[in-house]
Amino acid sequence: MARVVVDVMLKSEILDPQGEAVLGALPRLGVTDVASVRIGKRVEIEFDENAQNVEEQSRVIADQLLANPVIESFTVSVERDPVEAA
Amino acid sequence: MSARIGIVTFPGSLDDRDAARAVYLGGAEPVALWHDDTQIHSVDGVWLPGGFSYGDALRCGAIARFSQVMDTVKAAAAQGMPVLGVCNGFQVLCESHLLPGALVRNAHLRYRNRPARLRVETARTAWTSAFAPEAEVVFPAKHGEGRYVADEATLDQLEASGRVVFRYLDNPNGSMRDIAGVANEAGNVVGLMPHPEHAVEALTGPSTDGLGIVASVLAHLSEGARR
Repeated sequence: MARVVVDVMLKSEILDPQGEAVLGALPRLGVTDVASVRIGKRVEIEFDENAQNVEEQSRVIADQLLANPVIESFTVSVERDPVEAA
Repeated sequence: MSARIGIVTFPGSLDDRDAARAVYLGGAEPVALWHDDTQIHSVDGVWLPGGFSYGDALRCGAIARFSQVMDTVKAAAAQGMPVLGVCNGFQVLCESHLLPGALVRNAHLRYRNRPARLRVETARTAWTSAFAPEAEVVFPAKHGEGRYVADEATLDQLEASGRVVFRYLDNPNGSMRDIAGVANEAGNVVGLMPHPEHAVEALTGPSTDGLGIVASVLAHLSEGARR
């Protein structure tokens, strides 16, 4: 079974107010040497056992639904089945 | 016969009834459309209302884009049918690529719920033709994800081609260039964050400026009929 992880991040030029809020809270933890925090989404997809073109299909899913290319970029990584890999 | 304006109800839409009432008060006939309708029942225009379609899952408007009714709305928009998206409807239009740009979390991260003063920047759209040039209107704004963003080239192009339709006078959410609403190239598709349908009666709204939206589309449609 193929497992795919898609990471979606706001593009660097888009302000991330959630990340800013987290950054602002860090001094309360005593952490004062952080320059930037950006928050994104991680999406885990599990394909059927016999699925073909898993990476290609994942790119379509990421490009057309999981990420909005106007504001977000994404990376797709296919994780090998640990049993199969061994 | 008065013009028929279809109002789409997605799962999670909130303002469909207010939109229908605004359309009725403005002198047009509201027609209820459902998200999985494959036909739009010979309406003359479509209003995508505010709310939280599909629970705002993933991104606001991202799932509604794939609903049955949007296939038909997209095809009709390409033929020149007037389409208005308010709040979540605006988000749906951006996600559907019927309008450029995107709407993201308010810069201050707070839900904004108060009347917004807007300038109508152009009367050359199907939904603003009845407004005086540079008219100031007040529509309630109520959104958490209303900050309009697009790349600089897109913003420049929108400005140069007169497609910025509404601009905030007191930017409530950090929208780039104070943009509250934009149009497509042909001017038949318009989206805005604040709610004209909540500004149609003195008893319940901050103004009755919202009636101008309905008057505009009626004028646009009757002009089309005369041609």
